[in-house]
Amino acid sequence: MTKNSHAVTYPAFLLRIFRGAFDGTWRFYVWMTVLTAIALVGANAWAQQTANGMHVTSMTDHVSWGLYIANFTFGVGLAAGAVMMVIPAYLYDDHEMHDVVLVGELLAIAAICICIGFVVVDMGRPDRLWHIMPGIGRFNWPISMLTWDVLVLNGYLLLNLHITGYLVYTKFLGKRPSKRWYLPFVFVAIGWAISIHTVTAFLYSGLGGRPFWNSALLAPRFIASAFVAGPAFVIVLLQVVRRASSFRIGDGPIRTLTSVLRVTVLLNLFMLGSEVFTAFYTGGAHATAAKYLFFGAHGRHGLVPWIWSAIALNVLSAVLLHSKATREKVAVLDLACFAAFVGVWIEKGMGLIIPGFVPSTLHEIVEYSPTLTEWKITAGIWAFGLIVLTIALKTALPVLTGEVSLERDRELDRTRGPAEPEEDVRLAS
Amino acid sequence: MSAAHDEKQPRRVHLKVLGATLGAGAFAYAMAPLRAWTKNISKEEFLQRHYKELTREELAKVIQRLEAETKRDYGRDVTIKDPKPREGVEFGYALNLSVCIGCRKCAEACHVENNHDRRTNNSYIRVLEMEQGSFDMERGNVQYDGPVPKPGKFYMPVQCHQCDNAPCTKVCPVQATWKEPDGIVVVDYNWCIGCRYCEAACPYHARRFNWQKPEIPAEQVNPDQGYLSNRIRPQGVVEKCTFCLHRTREGKLPACLEACPTGARVFGNLLDPNSEIRWVLEHKRVFILKEELGTRPRFFYYFDV
Repeated sequence: MTKNSHAVTYPAFLLRIFRGAFDGTWRFYVWMTVLTAIALVGANAWAQQTANGMHVTSMTDHVSWGLYIANFTFGVGLAAGAVMMVIPAYLYDDHEMHDVVLVGELLAIAAICICIGFVVVDMGRPDRLWHIMPGIGRFNWPISMLTWDVLVLNGYLLLNLHITGYLVYTKFLGKRPSKRWYLPFVFVAIGWAISIHTVTAFLYSGLGGRPFWNSALLAPRFIASAFVAGPAFVIVLLQVVRRASSFRIGDGPIRTLTSVLRVTVLLNLFMLGSEVFTAFYTGGAHATAAKYLFFGAHGRHGLVPWIWSAIALNVLSAVLLHSKATREKVAVLDLACFAAFVGVWIEKGMGLIIPGFVPSTLHEIVEYSPTLTEWKITAGIWAFGLIVLTIALKTALPVLTGEVSLERDRELDRTRGPAEPEEDVRLAS
Repeated sequence: MSAAHDEKQPRRVHLKVLGATLGAGAFAYAMAPLRAWTKNISKEEFLQRHYKELTREELAKVIQRLEAETKRDYGRDVTIKDPKPREGVEFGYALNLSVCIGCRKCAEACHVENNHDRRTNNSYIRVLEMEQGSFDMERGNVQYDGPVPKPGKFYMPVQCHQCDNAPCTKVCPVQATWKEPDGIVVVDYNWCIGCRYCEAACPYHARRFNWQKPEIPAEQVNPDQGYLSNRIRPQGVVEKCTFCLHRTREGKLPACLEACPTGARVFGNLLDPNSEIRWVLEHKRVFILKEELGTRPRFFYYFDV
């Protein structure tokens, strides 16, 4: 075994990544401590929910999915939306985007972790998770759309882990990546990104008993809103990364993503409008859910503030994105992104999952409003996702910039001698 | 590398070790309720295979364990049987809407027979009070009070329709729910993962989730239980009407039918040409609920006309 065989360098790489995850400036420590604290509050709430039963949530036999599945749906969109960096980078040879595309791929990984988290906390029996594992349990594939979702989400996770892991590792070794080992995966991942959100939409749109979801427009709508939430998040994320690290990010990628956002935010509103027209012009019992959502029905109005906030935020974002101010002031752009992100989060969550259940299939109206436990768990999972994202960026980007590499590590070891293993000061300070 | 940095090193390491210890401690503390919960799940329960994969001996062992657990948790000796579907039998159910008076005795009998949670007053049957001359469920009401029947109203009990093309069994990701040869849709309560996709898929509001561990006083527990039907369900799994298969597969009638004071309910073997259910299907104006969804229910409604 030579000192350059993968059996030596790959563990060295993993160790370096691991060490990098626990080392940083005081800002990094504060940020991670806050996130960890929130994640722990969520973990505790989940442990209590699992032990005492899900009656601690606001869900009922009438509204049997709530905030968790709402966030799951949005999270899948976020994961798929990150592909809006990959497409320009690889299909249109946008070089500037190509330089930063890893950020999008790492975001996809974090978003999938969030999705998996939300599915697990929604399970009444997490101890039986192995029942859904192909080969070990009984996997109702291809009939159940949920099994498709398990496959595509985990597949997407593996694809992105491979692509990012391979690129960062070869860079760490100081070699040029071999296209054979990542380009095919990148192209598969582009199609795969669309598939994860299509399958997630089919989860709902395939249910004949739920007229509010039973629409062929649901999958296209999901894709459109994913391409709002994804780019909106990335635009802000790129600015944060630019400030917090020495990773160089040009204005090009942000401009490209803003152009994408300008289109998708309108497309998303257009599709929402089409659904609204179809529901209200047709009327009848199938429109009751829409009536309840937008205006309230039978004296209940629980979702009205949610959906109008979502519409207001989406419209605000659309107006801002098409105004001159966005091009001139980055703060306005950030505001537009924030509005779009939150707008879609509401529209796709409280505004889409919940009205599927109200009225119930026997036309009863039982309202749903998340409990503190649900909010704690939700915040915990998002915090966990941000931890994953932070660590991923924190460890991968210094390799890309060349600050961290096998050669430099070895050089450092040589100058210091093996007796002094603590050489992390260089990065930390 | 300056000397100042080198001096800072040990302190930094100590801080990291302290942080990691605190973090691990906090995590253990946060997860403590889960550890207490897993203590109640035996290794046998955790590793138990799907109902259809159990041999006769394994199932006997499982049933023994479940009976012991019921004794431990509910203080009652119970017998859990596993009656199999009978050759040449496919069950069907019909309900006469002209006769039903909306007294909800059926829902109550279901509650008692099927060992439902007492706190929530759960039942597999919901009775809708409908307006005479309309079939719009939008105008129906389940929360009605006072003496029945009320003038200008008719009553429509709804329970699992045991669909031949059941949306609920299709969506289950782990095959924890399926249709038996005699037409009854069942759930393996020890295989269900509690994702509630079936609850979202059912167009008839037939499924219930155990949002918490059912609470039943020992003297109220129905001790005659079926593995796939009315045994006390664990927390966190989905359940549903099974046409009382622990009774009907042994030649008895469903509890809801026996409780009905007006004789609105007709139950029997669809394959038997001399059965009452066949007579109703052949001679009455029968319809099924939400026929347009293509679920092909085995639960029929009719009016006396």
